[in-house]
Amino acid sequence: MKNGKIKQILLLTDGCSNHGEDPIAVAALAYNQGVTVNVIGVLDDTQTEQPKGLDEVESIAEAGGGVSQIVYQKALSQTVQMVTRQAMTQTLQGVVNQELQEILGKGQTLEDLPPEQRGEVMEVVDDLGETSQLEVLVLVDTSASMQHKLPTVKDALLDLSLSLNARTGKNSFSVYTFPHKKKTISQLVAWTPDLDAIDKVFPKISSGGMTPTGPALKESLYQFGKKRLFRGMRNDEPFEESGS
Amino acid sequence: MNHSKNQAPELAYGTVITGKWHKQSYRIVGKLGSGACGTVYLCEHKAVRFALKLSSDRTRITSEVNILKKFRKVQGQHLGPSFVDVDDWERPGYGPLSYYVMEYLQGKSVAQFLTGKKQEWLGVFIMQLLSELENLHQAGYIFGDLKSDNLLVTGSPAHVRWIDVGGVTAKGNAIKEYTEFYDRGYWQMGSRKAEPTYDLFALTMVMLETAYPKRFERGKDPRKTLYQKLEAAPSLKAYKSLMMKCWRGDYQSASHMKKDVVDQMMALPKENTRVGRKRANEKAFHWYEIGATSMFAVIFYLISVLMRF
Ligand SMILES: Nc1ncnc2c1ncn2[C@@H]1O[C@H](COP(=O)(O)OP(=O)(O)O)[C@@H](O)[C@H]1O
Ligand SMILES: [Mg+2]
Repeated sequence: MKNGKIKQILLLTDGCSNHGEDPIAVAALAYNQGVTVNVIGVLDDTQTEQPKGLDEVESIAEAGGGVSQIVYQKALSQTVQMVTRQAMTQTLQGVVNQELQEILGKGQTLEDLPPEQRGEVMEVVDDLGETSQLEVLVLVDTSASMQHKLPTVKDALLDLSLSLNARTGKNSFSVYTFPHKKKTISQLVAWTPDLDAIDKVFPKISSGGMTPTGPALKESLYQFGKKRLFRGMRNDEPFEESGS
Repeated sequence: MNHSKNQAPELAYGTVITGKWHKQSYRIVGKLGSGACGTVYLCEHKAVRFALKLSSDRTRITSEVNILKKFRKVQGQHLGPSFVDVDDWERPGYGPLSYYVMEYLQGKSVAQFLTGKKQEWLGVFIMQLLSELENLHQAGYIFGDLKSDNLLVTGSPAHVRWIDVGGVTAKGNAIKEYTEFYDRGYWQMGSRKAEPTYDLFALTMVMLETAYPKRFERGKDPRKTLYQKLEAAPSLKAYKSLMMKCWRGDYQSASHMKKDVVDQMMALPKENTRVGRKRANEKAFHWYEIGATSMFAVIFYLISVLMRF
C-alpha cells in the first residue's frame, strides 16, 4: 500500500450554485470515481452572518467524501492546507477501514480497535500521508462576488503549495476557474509540481455571471486524465495504488 | 472542525469518566484549558492529580498518544508531559469521545512568568528551551507548533516545559501543525520541512512576542516587518544580534544557538570603561547589578539542570 495516489478537487466558492446539474450529485459521482471533493466557503472579513446557500458547501463535501469549512478571508491560508491534509488522512483512513473490514468483518472501523492497535494503524496512516502521491485540482469560483477575494485566494494557494511540498511524497497541482462562457471551466495553471506560476496568472482573471458549480465540478473530473478515470471501476476509494 | 457542528458543553466538576477499554476512572476537578481540538481537564485518580485531554477528534488523540509514548522511550529526559493512559468514553447524550491522561504540569504561562522580572530571565528561559530542543532534535523530532500557548514554566527552580505535542513531527517530514505567527513559511523565511531550524525560528517569534503580546500582521513585505519590529523593541536589544543571526540561517542546531545565548549572558559589560568618572560610578553600580543578576541566572540554571539528574 506504500506510495499510493490520492486525488482531490478543492473547490473555493462564496455562494450557492444557480445553474446546471446538482453539484451534490456530481460530488457523489466524483467520490465514486476515486476523486475526493473538498469545499471551502470564503466569507468577507466584514461579513457578520453566514449567507444563505452556504450549507451547500457542507453537503457537497459530504457527498464527495471530503472536508468542508467556511472561513473568513484572513484565515484562508491556514484553512486550505488544513482541509487538504485532513481530507488526505480521511481518505487513507477509509482505505485502512476497508482493509480492516476484510480482516475483522463488516462494520468494523479503526475506532473499534483497542487504543493500542489503533495507535499502530495510525502510524501507518500518518506515514502514508507523508509519502503518498497527491493530485489536487483547485477549482476557483470567480463570479463577481469573488473578485475582490482573489488576491487572498492566490496567497492561500501559494501557501498550500509550500505546505504540501514539504512532504516526501510527490504533488501535482492544477488550477481551474469558473464560470467560463464556452468551456464551463478555464485552465489557469496546468498540472505542475508547485504552484509558483500562479503568481503571474492570478491578477488577470475576470469573469462573472452564473455560478454553475455542478457542471464545473463535472468538467474538473475529466482533468484527472480522462483515460484513467472512467475506465473500469475497480477502485471505489479515492486512492489508487501505485502501479495500477 | 466543522463550523456548523455545535460544541458539546464543558464537563461539570465531579463528572466521573470511566474508560471503555482499561476501565480506569477519573474524576473531573477543573478545567485547564481548551484549544482547537479539545479540552484539557484537571482530574483525580486514586488521589493523584492528572491532566486529561478529551476530544471528539479521535484520530488526533491517537496521534498525540503515539508521540507521547515515543517520548517515554527516550530515557532520562522529559520531552513532554509523561503519558499515563488512553481510552474511549461514551459521553451520555453526545456519543463516543477519546481521551488521554498525562502528567499534570502546574505552572505559569511565559508572559505571567516574565512579568516583573529582569530581561535576563528571558535569556534563561530561551537557554532552557534550547536545551530541551536539543534533546528533542537528537531524538529525531521537531516540535513544530512551538508557541507561547504550548509552553509552561513550572516549579521552583523555574523550568520551562512544553505541552501539546500535536505538532511534533519526525525530522524530514512535513510539519504536521503550526500557528501562522510562529511559522517561518508564513513569514517567507523558509520551508515547512521538519528540521531543527524550523523550531529555532519559532523560538525567535516567542521572543518577539514578549515585546508584542498582541502580535502583529505580516504586511506586504513579511521579512521587512520582522526586522522593523525587532528594531523597535527596546526590551529585546540584548538579543537582537542573536535573533538576526537565526533569521539569516547562521544557526543549524539548537546547541549552536544556545552557545551564543550563554556567551551573551556571561559577557561582562563593556560600556563602563567609556563613560566619565562620576557617571561611571553610578553606571558601574548599575552594570554590576545586571552582571550579577545574569551570573546568578546562569548559575541558577546550572543548578536546576543538575538537580534533574
Ligand atoms: N499536562 C498539562 N498540565 C497542565 N495544563 C495543561 C496540560 N496540557 C494542557 N494544558 C492546558 O490546556 C491548554 C490546551 O491544551 P493543548 O494540549 O494545547 O490543546 P490544543 O491542542 O487544543 O491546543 C494548554 O494551553 C494548557 O493551558
Ligand atoms: Mg495548544
